[in-house]
Amino acid sequence: MTPQEIFTSLTDKFGSDTILALNAEACDPWIEVAPASIVEVSAFLKAEESLKFDMLCDLSGVDYLEPDAKRAKKFPYEPHLEVVYHLLSVSIKHKITIKVKLPRWKNDEEGSLPDVPSVAHVWKIADWHEREAFDLVGINFIGHPNLLRILCPDDWEGHGLRKDYEFPLEYHGVRG
Amino acid sequence: MATQLEDQRVIEFDVRTDEMLINMGPQHPSTHGVLRLLLRTDGEIVYEVTPHLGYLHRCAEKIGENLNGPQWLPYTDRMDYLAAMNMNLGMSLTYEKLIGMEVPEKAMNVRLIIAELGRVASHLVGMGAYGLDLGSFSPFLYAFREREIILDLFEEACGARLTYSYLTIGGATHDLPGMIEIPPGLAALTGNDPRMKMQWTDAVLMFLDWLEKRIREYHILLTRNSIFVKRTAALGVMSGEMAIDYGCTGPVLRGSGVDFDLRRDGDPIYTRMYEGYDFDVISAPFEGVAGIPRDVILGDNWCRFFVRMLEVIEAIKLVRQGIEKYPTTEGDFRVPYKMTTKLPADEVYLETECPRGQMGFYIVGDGQAEPMRARAKSSCFCNLSITGPLCEGVLLGDVPSIVGSLDIVMGEIDR
Repeated sequence: MTPQEIFTSLTDKFGSDTILALNAEACDPWIEVAPASIVEVSAFLKAEESLKFDMLCDLSGVDYLEPDAKRAKKFPYEPHLEVVYHLLSVSIKHKITIKVKLPRWKNDEEGSLPDVPSVAHVWKIADWHEREAFDLVGINFIGHPNLLRILCPDDWEGHGLRKDYEFPLEYHGVRG
Repeated sequence: MATQLEDQRVIEFDVRTDEMLINMGPQHPSTHGVLRLLLRTDGEIVYEVTPHLGYLHRCAEKIGENLNGPQWLPYTDRMDYLAAMNMNLGMSLTYEKLIGMEVPEKAMNVRLIIAELGRVASHLVGMGAYGLDLGSFSPFLYAFREREIILDLFEEACGARLTYSYLTIGGATHDLPGMIEIPPGLAALTGNDPRMKMQWTDAVLMFLDWLEKRIREYHILLTRNSIFVKRTAALGVMSGEMAIDYGCTGPVLRGSGVDFDLRRDGDPIYTRMYEGYDFDVISAPFEGVAGIPRDVILGDNWCRFFVRMLEVIEAIKLVRQGIEKYPTTEGDFRVPYKMTTKLPADEVYLETECPRGQMGFYIVGDGQAEPMRARAKSSCFCNLSITGPLCEGVLLGDVPSIVGSLDIVMGEIDR
């Protein structure tokens, strides 16, 4: 199915309050979904016979921010966070990208991580991918069975792939 | 085969066993690098396996956000260091798709020859190391002897033996070499004069002819060896649905009977490279292949191993066809790519078929030469995530057999 057809079948099912936008001109066409409904949309994408997105290829968090003031003037995006789901159907052999846009911090309080429902119960692999996104980008996946850091040590502070992350000067007495 | 006990807790008479936590790794040799597995065992039976990763985390993605494409390329070498050529290719294709670059026919031909040779080298290590996991030492030595010649040939092509950075954005850094001195290993194995000079492509063909005859010996030594079969068949069985659900790709997916290969089913920018080439996608249950041991079940360790063995033959076929077409291909081996090229405010996610599975690169541009987000999705990361469910209820000694059959490289998992 083409991205346009997938978008139409999603809007027919969920309405335009949930399925927010389609960008068909992008190199990889993507569909934006409201964060609160991502689990229902994912379950539908996986179960529906004509879509059958049975494999979650990748789940990544992206921090849209330009910390450098001079470069920020030319920065083409508003500061926000995104969770990007790259889906593939092994049987039908088509793919689509689903996006969820989040604020960088919950309620604009620096340090409080934004929430998004976890899809770990829809695709099993999302378990580890979400742990990585939590670890490195700082996104709180609600309903995740075991949301612990996966690549960094458990007592690590901060989330490395945030654009305003400050590198620690030392870790347990070891200078960097 | 897993041993079945009537009551799994009773080992002998009324002696009961205790639950115990065993730490396997991060320095254990059969964990293929620095992987730590925390095993909850009761006697010999493993009830729970928790993998702990991150010992080799080098912030490759954060580094990628601060470097432009050609500068980040050497970091992809160091992810899957056993198949660095294929990693270079995946990353280069992603950048090319993002900036809309067309690669000439000759560059594609060079890429195909090199990438498939890389696949042979990688699967040889996979085979040898798996034998080593199961206590059979000699296949490992034979596999490394063969791989050594491929490394010599790669060295002639680009000067490096492990981290090549040869396939780059726009094609390859150099054309394939012309006249070379025969690699010493190849001269010794084929009984030729070590000072003999020959074309690089002829050296590759000579090596492939020699290798093809050896594959039968590997099958005798390992694939159909009854000890090997006993330790791999009907163990770690994974259904096709389970493999897809856990995001497993590559030989792990195809070993479970799912016929999916990105070289045939992938993105057009990647499949274009393989157009006009004749090759088969190998997937279990290996129809038409004779001599499969009786105990083998679809999706077990043996199937995953055997997919790799047969893929070597397909890769050899592809390299031969590539070399045959090489003299007649048109265009240059490379389109120049400037370091200062600005990436458009767009994004690309592209997966390629690496020896260990589908390696994905996700690049988001923002109008600067450096990407705003450079993500590498590791195939081994997904393949490893299934260890927990696969190892439930097996014997302690079978854990290395299951982990080894996934053929993981920790450099790629931790990035």
